[in-house]
Amino acid sequence: MFRRVLGKTLGFLGYTVQYGCIAHCAFEYIGEFVACSGPSMEPTITSHDVVFSERLSRHLCRIEKGDIVIAKSPFDPHMNICKRVIGLEGDKICTSGPSDVFKTHQYVPKGHVWLEGDNLRNSTDSRSYGPVPYALIRGRVCLKLWPPHNFGALNQSPTGRIVKRSD
Amino acid sequence: MAQQAGAGRRYVRAFVSGFFVAVPVTVTVLDRFAYVARVEGASMQPSLNPEGNVTGSDVVLLNRWSVRNYQVRRGDIVSVLSPKNPQQKIIKRVIALEGDFIKTLGYKNRYLKVPDGHFWIEGDHHGHSLDSNSFGPALRTPWRARCSVKCCVWCSHGVSCQVSLGLVHGRASHIIWPPNRWQRIEPSIPPERMPLLNWHADATEDEEKD
Repeated sequence: MFRRVLGKTLGFLGYTVQYGCIAHCAFEYIGEFVACSGPSMEPTITSHDVVFSERLSRHLCRIEKGDIVIAKSPFDPHMNICKRVIGLEGDKICTSGPSDVFKTHQYVPKGHVWLEGDNLRNSTDSRSYGPVPYALIRGRVCLKLWPPHNFGALNQSPTGRIVKRSD
Repeated sequence: MAQQAGAGRRYVRAFVSGFFVAVPVTVTVLDRFAYVARVEGASMQPSLNPEGNVTGSDVVLLNRWSVRNYQVRRGDIVSVLSPKNPQQKIIKRVIALEGDFIKTLGYKNRYLKVPDGHFWIEGDHHGHSLDSNSFGPALRTPWRARCSVKCCVWCSHGVSCQVSLGLVHGRASHIIWPPNRWQRIEPSIPPERMPLLNWHADATEDEEKD
């Protein structure tokens, strides 16, 4: 009797461990669901939207300009930020505001990306804390899941700040 | 004949189910608990690779569970995802945490305060030829051209810089190869590299320094 209970408990634990590991692999290497909050990506993503971010692009280093990414915040690793990639390593970013007389530029260092929110007026992004290491990126947002009337792929950047390819 | 086909099918089913158990469990253990890595390079001498690659590199055990909340201590040897190459890891010693004032060796600023969410890492071997001391600020060292990116082989060339806490990968807890170098790695900072002051110093930290 006791042995049967023990056997069943161990079997249950074994299945829990196995399915927990499969879940970890799925969330770590395939994708995860993210609930966004904050106004920095309006109108593309509004607060309380749920999106799906896939991890394959990050592991295969295929993040491109114009992608919306989820990344760990450089100043607080427990927090995640959701921003758009404006420039990759080697790109020249215009860091002065639109009303400035003298334009200043900055080059994105190797292994870093330049992130900006779509809501330029209400977003803390690389314009304030500088380029973000690529290794802090967690995944690329590919699908919006909630609210249902906005289901589907995400829009292109409304800001026109993405660095053109320099040939 | 039918028995052989049945046995074959049972074998395939056992193999597939075993595969789907072994691979996720192994991947989860390597991601969450422990990782084994070989150290390449000389910038952590004499703690790691004291004879260089002549007699074989050290292999260290990295504890990933202890850094799951990004808690590192001064003096720990940690592996960090390289901010300059996301597919490479570098292994260095933690010298200072957020809020510390430190005096740098060969960095562009002589004194600096480590920003929030970052920590300062340095190699132990300050006289290494590819250290940032001889080549100027860490961001312009050409050492990366000499590092080969291989699976489980980690580069420890001379870099001292501040890195974001989100990049921390694991804490080196033991050296497990070669057998004559089996040991537990204890956290320690060379006395001349101690931080000068901590901005967030509270009562407990003052007691630790005493």
